[in-house]
Amino acid sequence: MTTKLSAAWRNWCTKEASAYAFLSAYALLFIIFIAVPVLVAFLLSFTFFDSIQTPRFNGLRNYIVLITQDDIFMKYVLPNTIKFAVLVGPGGYALAFLLAWMLAQLPKTPRTIFALILYSPSMTGGVAMAVVWQTLFSGDPNGYLNSLLLNLNLVQAPIQWLQSPQYLMTIMIVVTLWGSMGVGFLAMLAGLLEINPELYEAGSIDGISNRWQEIFYITIPSMKPQMLFGAVMAIVSTFQAGTIGVVLSGSNPTPQYAGQLIVNHIEDFGFLRYEMGYAAAGSVVLLLMVLFFTRLSNRLFREEASS
Amino acid sequence: MRQGAGGKGQGARGRSRFGLRNSGMNPQGFHPSQLKFYAILTPLAAFMLLPMVFIFSHAFKPPDELFAYPPRFFVVNPTLKNFTDLFARLSTSNVPVSRYLFNSVLITLVTVAASIVVSSTAAYALSKKRFGLKQTLFAINTLALMFVPIAVTIPRFLIIQRLGLLDTFLVHILPALAMPVGLFLIKQFIDGIPNEVIEAAQIDGASDLGIYWNIILPMIRPAIATIAILTFQAAWNNVDTSAMYINNESLKTFAFYLSTLTSSATGANVVAGQGIAAAASLIVFLPNLIIFIFLQSQVMSTMSHSGLKQ
Repeated sequence: MTTKLSAAWRNWCTKEASAYAFLSAYALLFIIFIAVPVLVAFLLSFTFFDSIQTPRFNGLRNYIVLITQDDIFMKYVLPNTIKFAVLVGPGGYALAFLLAWMLAQLPKTPRTIFALILYSPSMTGGVAMAVVWQTLFSGDPNGYLNSLLLNLNLVQAPIQWLQSPQYLMTIMIVVTLWGSMGVGFLAMLAGLLEINPELYEAGSIDGISNRWQEIFYITIPSMKPQMLFGAVMAIVSTFQAGTIGVVLSGSNPTPQYAGQLIVNHIEDFGFLRYEMGYAAAGSVVLLLMVLFFTRLSNRLFREEASS
Repeated sequence: MRQGAGGKGQGARGRSRFGLRNSGMNPQGFHPSQLKFYAILTPLAAFMLLPMVFIFSHAFKPPDELFAYPPRFFVVNPTLKNFTDLFARLSTSNVPVSRYLFNSVLITLVTVAASIVVSSTAAYALSKKRFGLKQTLFAINTLALMFVPIAVTIPRFLIIQRLGLLDTFLVHILPALAMPVGLFLIKQFIDGIPNEVIEAAQIDGASDLGIYWNIILPMIRPAIATIAILTFQAAWNNVDTSAMYINNESLKTFAFYLSTLTSSATGANVVAGQGIAAAASLIVFLPNLIIFIFLQSQVMSTMSHSGLKQ
């Protein structure tokens, strides 16, 4: 019995132990910084926790309050998040695909130059470029946009771009779109270049008569894995980009909650009001939103063969 | 004129009436049908480039140009004054700016190196080793691709506090090493290496470590370059770690210092500090750009393996 066990043990050591050894460092860090935080967020979301006393279980109260009593969440945060996510997510994703599609039809050198230009904003993202936005959209007549519009006589008085509820969201969306040609964009460009050219020839013989048909019947189906990867990256970066409103306007909450996204709401409750349990419920809602949108894109780009 | 006519039958396809659109993908040279793309892409690229050009221009402006009315986009008399001012400054808590820069360089170098080791070893095991949990672990990592770190800032804070990592150098580095995208991209790339190569080495008596070091690593240089860039960007541009997990001013990063220059919440004078902030932004931005220019072809070859099959 023991000999059998020890033989099995030795067998496992030679076959599998080294695999786990190679994985161990990553697995450990993954557990500490990804798996456990998600689990803790989930557990804390059912408690009242002010970061000083021990968390007190209060069932679904946080979620009920979030949905029924949190006026700011329902009136501003949720609509803002959905508006921002829809325009930046699918909007940015479609833009990334179209740009990649155009780039793929240029020779290598100009393609590389354009790809570099389009990709470079995403290297730092909108947040690190705050000084640019603050000077371009500055509220005094000396701001670049104001100065331009005043000169053209399009406006009579300088506009407080970053402090006005009606402009803040638009600027947030433009700035985020500007920085959204990231890894997903490069993946789609690479995917486009990998498609076997014979497919297009076969398609034109089979009666595909315009470019839209070609895109929908040949191009996209031939690069579904890259499309899916790009979609996941677009979803993640959209929700991750949530701090831009606070950076632009310089305050959390943003002026009249105009740029308040779910990420800011979480931070507001977690770090400014120390209602950690409530903030955790917000985190869970955010993670569920990401999961939902990823599932949705999975459906769109699933490989027929494996389904 | 039409260089495209020579390349790989591209011209032949381009000329044939029905195949005209097929001249499109990955052409070898110029073709008139590309003009419309240039017409769309050139203004768009110029527009996307504006903020970067602005940073370059603004960082070298002397004070009278920074506050000129009407404001001028391009610099006329470039000066290095903003940079010398930047490095002559002390932060509000008396930490010299060079200290932030040193922290950023050190943290970034260590994070990139460690990330390459951690991700590539795990990717090798997930791709080429046979073990029970292989599929499950890869599925978990793929699920984690959609992980949004910002959502779990608070639980992360609690965990980091419990582990005693607050106010240490390690807190800049360790969380950045768990990068599902990095593992995913390298694993996909290693999948492209034929198993025969590894089996042959095993027959020759190579150990696992030997195979990883002598065979896998040299073959996956593009993937390594790619995650080096991704990790570099994450570490070098990181503001959140300094803001949330570090109280000791002398352990914070340069990107964080930049954010204090432009944040009105900290009472910084945004208008007066414009030139200095632009100089600092340029210092943050340039390394990203330079590294990407050098490694872009490697990145593209990795990205062609990036497909996500569900």
